Amino acid sequence: MIVFEKPKSLTDAEFHYCPGCTHGIIHRLVARAIDNLGIEGRTIGVAPVGCAVMAYDYFACDMVEAAHGRAPAMATGIKRSLPDNIVFTYQGDGDLASIGMAETVHSAARNENITIIFVNNAIYGMTGGQMAPTSLPGQVTQTSPYGRDVKVTGYPVRICEMLATLDGPEFIARVAVNNVKNVKNAEKVIEKAFRNQVEGKGFSLVEVISACPTNWGMTPDNALKWIDEKMIPYYPLGVYKDRSAKEESQNDK
Amino acid sequence: MSEKVLMKGNEAIAEAAIRAGCMHYFGYPITPQTELAAYMAKKMPKIGGVFLQAESELAAINMVYGVAATGKRVMTSSSSPGVSLKQEGISYIAGSDLPALIVNVQRGGPGLGGIQPSQAYYFQATKGGGHGDYHIIVLAPNSVQEMADLTALSFDLADKYRMPSMLLADGTLGQMMEPVILPEKSNNSVEKPWAVTGTEGKRKHNIVNSLYLKPDILEKVNFERYERYKEVEKNEVRYESFMMDDAEFCVVAFGIAARISKNAVIAARKEGIKVGLIRPITLWPFPKKPLADAADQVKGFVSVELSMGQMIEDINLAISCKKPVILCNRAGGMIPSPEQVLESIKALGGNK
Repeated sequence: MIVFEKPKSLTDAEFHYCPGCTHGIIHRLVARAIDNLGIEGRTIGVAPVGCAVMAYDYFACDMVEAAHGRAPAMATGIKRSLPDNIVFTYQGDGDLASIGMAETVHSAARNENITIIFVNNAIYGMTGGQMAPTSLPGQVTQTSPYGRDVKVTGYPVRICEMLATLDGPEFIARVAVNNVKNVKNAEKVIEKAFRNQVEGKGFSLVEVISACPTNWGMTPDNALKWIDEKMIPYYPLGVYKDRSAKEESQNDK
Repeated sequence: MSEKVLMKGNEAIAEAAIRAGCMHYFGYPITPQTELAAYMAKKMPKIGGVFLQAESELAAINMVYGVAATGKRVMTSSSSPGVSLKQEGISYIAGSDLPALIVNVQRGGPGLGGIQPSQAYYFQATKGGGHGDYHIIVLAPNSVQEMADLTALSFDLADKYRMPSMLLADGTLGQMMEPVILPEKSNNSVEKPWAVTGTEGKRKHNIVNSLYLKPDILEKVNFERYERYKEVEKNEVRYESFMMDDAEFCVVAFGIAARISKNAVIAARKEGIKVGLIRPITLWPFPKKPLADAADQVKGFVSVELSMGQMIEDINLAISCKKPVILCNRAGGMIPSPEQVLESIKALGGNK
């Protein structure tokens, strides 16, 4: 009996991610969702600019590589061209919440029937650890060496809370992958975000709180603890919007 | 058979694009190309096509990038400041070897500039525009009829050479109405085995990408692309030659400037001045050889432009500075008169 195996929707290419980085787990969860729904042959993924820039080598489905922040626009084009295909983007916090904010908000407002996996590790990883729009107050980064001073740089952006105020999107949720329980839950939520698209329900975004031990300057173990102690209090986990579930519960009443 | 209809240049582009099998349009409002988007907004939903007003020019060009990756014909249109915003996306599309059509109905610049016609985007269009080593095919119509005809050709060339093409029009051509015979429906699209359409479990995954972290590979990709550009330069140069057989002077102009120049050439001939006109229709590839040949025949050139003088540099390069080239120009949305062009022809020595 096979208890655990690599998802078929991942290629055999070796990940380039740092030790202790949780991108690998998130890749696996995305691939599992694609496997479980049996949609690999009609899925098209959009890779970002950032640490996951080479995701196109790791996912076995057709892939494109977008410009920084533009993945939701590119996904919009692909989905409008091929409405029967499944289209997802995989983006980091700099990509999605800073340079690509307009594309994020408007693809949600249009309720584009796409799935977005938003990896929030509160830092720009690929370029060596600069302050991100999601970096916490006081967080030390290469470009906030004395700690993020909110008087100078303003406050972090909570994407799920913000997008949940829009009428457009179908499903907005935040998960984490810092322990087994959270990973198990993240797997279910990510699969739901893909299933929503299969069922034509519309825009589904899952924010995944992720660890960056290299740029946080921590051991992998301490990085996972930091998620519990610092990240999750600022970015509470949960489902922020689920239109279909809400409509169903209203119908039951 | 197509009948002759009266249309604005912007509308002729839209209808010609649909007839060329373009079922996807993405844009963002900007003057003076608005009729094009309005036409698409009206027509696309009725024929099962896609019209989407994007949140910005950046989003629009990246939606174009997405559709182009799926192998379907796709276009966007804008005017000068908006086309500047699209340059990043155009570089990615060129770097991913994808076909797509970008229409620039030019207006005055730089900055926010103005909304009157201009040709000040010649450099941006023909020299790359965005980052990196690349070219796009640039076609310059000079009538509403050519707005339609060159739109169809733009799609064909983009598909054939796997590169973006640009229709470089201006506010005058976009706004003016002329009779036009619309092209027949055709779709000369080619096989696109590289497109992302889903593997269906039958092939290895396709990747549409412009990232090559290994410098030797990126260099190889660039060299291969430039081999393709050489083919374009060899096969696709288009120009019109007018009264050049016995010409002693040559006016060079494209687009609306060429129509004005033609009147000036006719007026000069009436005064006994032997002058002709070479009108580049493709700005890239630029008609270097016809100009080089003309340099052996004429005493000098006049470059007529709605800019501070951009194409004049390519004329000088094409003729290896063998003969004098003078500039006859207006800028900022102003248009030279035939009289001004005639004065320039005379200033070159054509009054002797």
